[in-house]
Amino acid sequence: MNADPRDEIVEHLPALRAFALSLTRNSALADDMVQDSLVKAWTKIHTFEPGTNMRAWLFTILRNTYYSNRRKAGREISDSEGVMTESLSEKPAHDGRLQLADFRRAFAKLNDEQREALILVGASGFSYEEAANMCGVAVGTIKSRTNRARARLAELMHLSENEALEMTDSATMAVVSGNKVSAAG
Amino acid sequence: MAQTRDNTKQAQVIDENLKRVYQDMLDQKVPDRFLDLLSQLKEQEQKPEQGGSSR
Repeated sequence: MNADPRDEIVEHLPALRAFALSLTRNSALADDMVQDSLVKAWTKIHTFEPGTNMRAWLFTILRNTYYSNRRKAGREISDSEGVMTESLSEKPAHDGRLQLADFRRAFAKLNDEQREALILVGASGFSYEEAANMCGVAVGTIKSRTNRARARLAELMHLSENEALEMTDSATMAVVSGNKVSAAG
Repeated sequence: MAQTRDNTKQAQVIDENLKRVYQDMLDQKVPDRFLDLLSQLKEQEQKPEQGGSSR
């Protein structure tokens, strides 16, 4: 008996939804896209090569759905609902100089391709090669998109090189990584 | 080059924040509609096409 690869889809739901949210910045739209993508994935399972990365395959279906909708709409979908910018700032800010709410706002201002590249490479841990494959572009294109996206974020957040250095001090690193500041010894 | 090193640090800071934002999205509860949809799709398939109800 062969396992149905489709049984694995459920494991990727949180990631698929997170990817949809970062692309659309609108939870209603994100959920519609996830729904469409699930139906497509289910019916087109024969296009999935067993042994390859199912998450990458699902992400590819989702982004194709998104871009084909965007083409039909003739424009980028705006962050009308503010899903990216709604703050999690109830969490104590500690002394993290980079406020998460500000970061979300800045991230939402990037263009679709830049957000996508950053999420794939910077957050989801795909390699440049995998991301390039998923987006159907050259590896160099993905690299330049992520670099431009980071530069734009730094600019939007008025993040100078010096500030960036300050922010990597141990206390901030601890906040960022969620670890306690360890006293030496 | 110092410039390159600074840019690398900056990229690190940005990616760390990016991961936090992404993790927050990952941690959200998956709406039931998706689990329902998957089980519906599965059910539909297991039921062979029938001309009419067997009951």
